[in-house]
Amino acid sequence: MKKYLKLFIALFAALAIMLVFTGCQKDDGIIKMGTNAEFPPFEYVENGEYAGIDVELAQAIAKELGKELEIVDMAFNALIDALNSGKVDFVAAGMSVDPEREKNVDFTIKYYNATQTIIVQAGNENIKSKDDLVGKKIGVQTGTTGYDVAVEIKDAVVSTYENGLEATMDLANGNIDAVIIDDFPAKKYVEKNPGLKLVDGQFEEEQYAMAVKKGNKKLLEQINKALQKLMDDGTYDKILEKYSD
Amino acid sequence: MDLIYSIYRVLSDKIYFSFIKENRFMYLVDGWVISIQVTVLAALLGIIIGLVVAIVKISGKSPFAQVADWYVSIIRGTPVVVQLTIIYYVILADVSLPRTIVATIAFGINSGAYVAEIIRAGILAVDKGQTEAGRSLGLSEAKTMRYIIIPQAIKNILPALGNEFIILLKETSVSGYIALDDLTKGATLIRSVTYESFTPLITVAYIYFIMTAMLSAGLSKFERRLRASD
Repeated sequence: MKKYLKLFIALFAALAIMLVFTGCQKDDGIIKMGTNAEFPPFEYVENGEYAGIDVELAQAIAKELGKELEIVDMAFNALIDALNSGKVDFVAAGMSVDPEREKNVDFTIKYYNATQTIIVQAGNENIKSKDDLVGKKIGVQTGTTGYDVAVEIKDAVVSTYENGLEATMDLANGNIDAVIIDDFPAKKYVEKNPGLKLVDGQFEEEQYAMAVKKGNKKLLEQINKALQKLMDDGTYDKILEKYSD
Repeated sequence: MDLIYSIYRVLSDKIYFSFIKENRFMYLVDGWVISIQVTVLAALLGIIIGLVVAIVKISGKSPFAQVADWYVSIIRGTPVVVQLTIIYYVILADVSLPRTIVATIAFGINSGAYVAEIIRAGILAVDKGQTEAGRSLGLSEAKTMRYIIIPQAIKNILPALGNEFIILLKETSVSGYIALDDLTKGATLIRSVTYESFTPLITVAYIYFIMTAMLSAGLSKFERRLRASD
């Protein structure tokens, strides 16, 4: 044990030093976007290619910046960490602005209004709003605002899934009573699963924004300018319309 | 000195936000209990399954032997995380069982295949002359097995079984795939509220390492005692 302990302390010290020295970035004509491509219609994989509102927006922004877009797909809860450790340059992942996140990243201008919504089994008549979720088994995706509202509900048992799809599958299988997730993807999940239906949870409205590393003012301004331009010249509306039906 | 001081400051900050604030260390404590539960129960289930399958395979004549063969090949030929998600989302889709039980079943079935091979190899490794000697002394087949072969086979089996237990403990770390909050998932949950991976991941690695180091230390002590009579 003693020999192991020394080894581990040495490893830990090495890692700690690495931690202090990380975070150098270079400019090579590529801009990396971090996302979680399991969130239709904002980001998902179709025919082996990334697609969705965020993906097309990011491509348009990259074009404005004269850079090539590289998409890095990862778990939603790892996105902010990847941003702060320099693995990606910005995050576009249907991410709602919230105060806790705002402490860790800088958000761009908001580009989409969303609310959390509840999915239940089609035959469920007991759950009509968020007040009916007290003491229920609720599924959410790890690290989402759905998780934040779910843990606030009294006596609720919250299960956290890798992605929204698995949560809705477990709901369809009857292992949980409800799923709390953003309204647009919720609609998509329910469309594909006739055994489920949507319930208006009457949660507060949230806004999606892209995020850059805290203090990266230069990139933040560039993205804001490009995003504003896309919203003004109608490109944004066209993308949104394309994915609305 | 400046370097040491800055490391100290960064680390103490990280430890505070990852574990102390809002009692976040409880994610790890609760997760640890679940990991241990699943590991111990799955190991027991695995030993029972493995014993049955090994006996069926060694006896070799019944149609069950073919089934046992398929079982071992399929389980050993597919990743445990795929087996786990298939059992939860497909096979047990319509059965509402607590996730700890589902994980126990999945890891038990997985471990059973490896245990079966360990037991089978352990029995086959006992020299054939031992069976012949037992039989020629007038012992029945069953008695030869029970009094001569099994006691010697156990010496081969137990250390390998201990290794399987260590592997099983580490493999339960994929329980998060079925929304079970095990030790590794505890780190993920902390990461998802603090947006910082270093401290929770390193800590969880450390906890797993201590557990497996203790297990293998106990195991080698046990092995030495087994060898004492050689």
